[in-house]
Formats: sequence, C-alpha cells, structure tokens
Amino acid sequence: MALPKIKADATDARLAALTLPDGAGWATEARQSALSRVAAMGLPIKRDEYWRYTDPTSLTSIEAPDAAVFESDEAPVFNDLDRLKIVFVDGVFDAEASDDLSLDGVEIERLSDAMGRDIHWAKDLYGVLETRGQTPVQRPLAALNTAFATDGIVIRVTKEVSKPINLTYLHKDVSSDAILHHVVKVEEGASVTLLENGPAAARFNKVLEVEVADKASFHHVRAQGRDHERRAVTGIFTRLGTESAFKSFTLTVNGVLTRNETVIELTGDDAIAHVAGACVGDGRDFLHDDTVFITHDAERCESRQVFKKVLHNGATGVFQGKILVKEGAQKTDGYQISQGLLLDDDSNFLAKPELEIYADDVACSHGSTCGALDDTALYYLRSRGVPKGEATDMLTLAFLAEALQEIENEEIADELGQRLEQWLGRRR
Amino acid sequence: MLEIKNLHVKLEDEDKQILKGVNLTVEAGKVHAIMGPNGSGKSTLSYVLSGRDGYEVTDGEATLDGADLLDLEPEERAAAGLFLAFQYPVEIPGVGNLTFLRTAVNAQRKARGEEELSSADFLKVVRERAKTLKIDADMLKRPVNVGFSGGEKKRNEILQMAMLEPKMCILDETDSGLDVDAMKLVSEGVNALRSEGRSFLVITHYQRLLDHIKPDVVHIMANGRIIKTGGPELALEVENNGYADLLAEVE
Repeated sequence: MALPKIKADATDARLAALTLPDGAGWATEARQSALSRVAAMGLPIKRDEYWRYTDPTSLTSIEAPDAAVFESDEAPVFNDLDRLKIVFVDGVFDAEASDDLSLDGVEIERLSDAMGRDIHWAKDLYGVLETRGQTPVQRPLAALNTAFATDGIVIRVTKEVSKPINLTYLHKDVSSDAILHHVVKVEEGASVTLLENGPAAARFNKVLEVEVADKASFHHVRAQGRDHERRAVTGIFTRLGTESAFKSFTLTVNGVLTRNETVIELTGDDAIAHVAGACVGDGRDFLHDDTVFITHDAERCESRQVFKKVLHNGATGVFQGKILVKEGAQKTDGYQISQGLLLDDDSNFLAKPELEIYADDVACSHGSTCGALDDTALYYLRSRGVPKGEATDMLTLAFLAEALQEIENEEIADELGQRLEQWLGRRR
Repeated sequence: MLEIKNLHVKLEDEDKQILKGVNLTVEAGKVHAIMGPNGSGKSTLSYVLSGRDGYEVTDGEATLDGADLLDLEPEERAAAGLFLAFQYPVEIPGVGNLTFLRTAVNAQRKARGEEELSSADFLKVVRERAKTLKIDADMLKRPVNVGFSGGEKKRNEILQMAMLEPKMCILDETDSGLDVDAMKLVSEGVNALRSEGRSFLVITHYQRLLDHIKPDVVHIMANGRIIKTGGPELALEVENNGYADLLAEVE
C-alpha cells in the first residue's frame, strides 16, 4: 500500500539526508533491511494512531532542534555506586572517560567492533527484536535507528554480574543528533543490572534490544537527563524466556520531548515483566510519552506497568499502554496503572490503556486516574507548620513513590528518591 | 492567649452564615470547653482559626498573643503556636509518619529562627513521647494515618501535639470514635501537656471527655454564637438536661 504523500515526502527527505554507516560485515544486511522497513512504513506523523498525542515532527526532521546544555553543579546520578561505567558524549563512545570494559561474567564490546566480526549472538539479535516489535504496531523510528545507529554497545551476560553496568550519556554540543543501538543478551540463569543516565544529545534516538534467556534476569534503571530542551525517542525491545525476569524503571525530569517505547514479549512460561516510570514535567513545551506494548504468549506470566506523571505549568503527559494476551497464554496476570497528577489547570494527562485478550483464564486489570493534589492533605500538612511548597513536594513525592517502589535495588531507589526531592526543592 | 472578637464567618461558595459573632477569650494555662448541638458552628470555628480554605471571615478578629491569626497562612499559624487536633485526621498515603513529624517539627523551628533538630535528637524525643501514648514503632513507620484505627488516629494527633509543643491547642471532638480506654489514654496525653504557658480549647459533644480533661471554663455554642459561659457544672447541666432548656432561655 502506498504511503500517504505527506508521509512519503517527509520520509524521503529524511532518508536522503542520512547515509548508512560503513563497516560492512553482517551489519550491512541488517542495516539495509531496516532501511527498507523504514521506507515501507514511512516515518511517523501526528495522524498516526500511536502518535496522536505526541507530535513526532521534531523527531523526524532533518536537523535536530538545538538544545542548550544544562549546567549543573551536582554529581551525576549513580556516581556513588560501585558500577562499570561506559560513557558516550553526544552519542560517541568515550574510551578515556569509560572504565575498562572487562567484568567477570560479561562480554562487552563496542557495536562497531562487534559488527566487524562474526559474533553470532549479536548478529542474531541486532535489529531482530526490533523487527519483531514492528507488529502489530509500527515503530519506524526504531527501524531508522537500526539502519543508522552510529554507535552502541553489545553485552553478553553469562553469570550473575557483581555490579551494574552504567551507560552514561553526556550532552555537550547544542546541536548533536545521536543514534545509539545497544544489544544485550542475558544467557540462561545469568543476571545483570543496566543503568542509563544523562540526556545524550540535543536529539537522541536509542534502541535497546534485550534477550533474556530462561531463568535469567535483567534489571534496568534509567534517569533521563535534566536538560530542558533535549528530545529523545527510545525503544526497548525485549523477549523473555521461561522463568525469566525483566524489570525496568525510568525517571524523567525535564526534557522538552520524550517518547519512551517498551515492547515486551513474554515467550516462556512463568516469566515476569515489570515496567515503571516516574516523570516530573514543567512548562507548556514539556511532553512525556510512555508507550508500552506487552505481549503474553506463554502461560502463567506476570506483567506489571506502573506509570506516574506529575505535570505542572501546562505540561503534557501521555501514556499508551497495551496488554495483549494471546490464545493459550492461560493464567496470565496482567496489571497496569497510569496516573497523572496535575498541579494546575493548564496541564494535561492523556492516557490510552488497552487490553486485548484471547485466552479465557486470565487476570488482567488496568486503571488510569488523573487528578489534583488532595486539598485536605495539603491543609493537614500546613496546619502542622509545613510550608505550602514543601507540603506540595511531600505529596508529590508520595504520589511518585509507588513507581519508585518498583526499583528492586534499594540503594538505587533511595538515590533516585533523594534526587527527586532535591530537584523538586530547587524549583520552589 | 487566644482572643476572638465578634467573629462572623460564612461559607465561601455559599451564602450561608455559620458564625454570627463569636466572642471568646482563653487565658494562658486555662482549659476552655465548647459544647453545643450539631451544626452550631464548633468545627467551623476550629477550621477558621487554623486557616482552612472554604470559609470567609466577614467581620471580627482572632488573635493569638496579639498576632492577627486570620491574616496568616496555616503554616504561619502553626509556627505561631496554634495546633488543631482534627476530628477526622487525614490519611496521607506515601508519606511516612516519622518523616511527616520531623518535617513539621523542623519547619516550625526554622520558621521561629530556631535550630533544626538532628535526626538522632528527634528520634530520641519522638520514641519517648510515642511510648507514653502507646504508639509503637510500626505506627511511626507507616504512612500518616493510613490503616490506623480511630483510636490510633487520635493518639497520633496527640503525639503531633506533644512533638510540636504548641501554646494554643484546639481539640475538635477528640473523643469521637474512641472507646473508654482510648479516651482515657488520649486524655492522659493531653493532661500531661497541660502547663502554665499552654491553653486548650476542647470542642466536644459529651461531658464524659471533660471528666478526664477538666475544664476551667465551659461555653455553650448554638447557632453560630456562644450563648452561655460557666464553670464545669455547665457541662453537667447539659449532660443531664440536653440543650433544649439553654436554647429556650436564649430565645
């Protein structure tokens, strides 16, 4: 089917401005195939069903809109943790700033190195999970990423890893336009925690493909940078084996436009997938979009989505979350909650929860609420002497707490909780 | 201490006058009780004094040690030494009781230009005061009032009062929802706080609370005004005869 002209023209223009990276190897085929997927799908426009709340124009434009670099005197998130640090500056791997890429139980390689060699596990994943995630909902910006990613990291985990791997994305150039693609394979029985932090670039397109084998677990915590003008579209594509676990949490404070997509396939019985997010948005230009698609294709799997957004001064929060329970995925336990806290009358929370169920013995629940701060609670706190601003922050943090509780590592949860408190305090 | 003169209050959103000229003076160190039938304006008086939204003062004034209360934000009134023990303490999911207490104590100290309490000092004091109110460690850890029984909520109010050390305490139907033992415990908590520099305004429907917290002065409120003031014997009179006689007397 031919694309609408407006979409075809925009896609042609964008693709004409890009060149497939060199570096041959197995990657060339993966990139070319991704390129033809993009050409066939076309890049998103606001008329597309899954972009109706979020205008993708600035994500698909030829030039990335400039984003000022956020000056901060505070230590980067996760700075005090014992972790293996991998640094990217405006989307380019920085070997000097990074730790030595060796860690017991893990193979870590730069994407460009991996592409030059016949690493079968990376080859079998790169763009593969992304492709699987294109149906039933198209995600053309992820395919664009697979085609044009300029850097990234590939990680294979064979054991229970002793410390987290931390991808830190620094933003130094006001007009940087970064495309990163990471591939993670967690082998049977292995486990790893991946941390991500930082704004990465003025415009950031990132894909993370994660294969979690039987009895393996993958934990993911990220804090997207505080640069007010940065834009990001990210996609997590994961496939879960029997008795495996995937848990992902994202904290977003600031950023003018963020679209986080998470596509999860539960393909082995008794697997668990949790995805959560806390977001604080301020200002009319702020838009934060969580789009989640979880497919239950095995028995007795559990999925859980917990998203909380605090919106202020005309900010917009979007949640599109779907649970698809395929025929035969009996005893599925699916849960989804999305909540918006509007701190004024100008802010918006737009939610589209979806359930599609083809099995007859499942428990799926979903809820979505949107409201203001509880006046009575605010008065109660103030009547005890807590000033209005501080009381508002306490209630705001309390609202976000349910999402933060999804972080299993207490040290990390505490750090993010304290950061949030500080950041809210600074706004007062 | 607390001086209320000719206080007139209406609902902000409705043309409904609730208080129609309340005059009341509570001296330092004294316990005053206000009794009165439902709808007489007792709770409204406590809300207006503590600064709750939704009410409009149309006339009169209220001062605490000379400071104009009605001009202050709720948190400023608290820092000035006013405390309201709520009839229905508010549940706040996600905010730990201890965090709440420490934030409140330190916010007030800060507002008064005093040094904030360290975590260790605060914990020491709070544990000691919680113990006398039979509030266990679990209640301190749980979110504010969430899942508390009626009695636990009221004890938690008294704990806040004990920690904040206000000079003017208003107790709004603190006896409601309490069994005999809980009422005794709460009353003991209140009595332990009685001192020369601290005054109480106890709002209640029933005389029985006043058996435990002995008032110096009893006021009867009806239809937005204080219609009679007397000693503790006035409460007994109400208990025995109801309000009908008193109301008739006024009319």
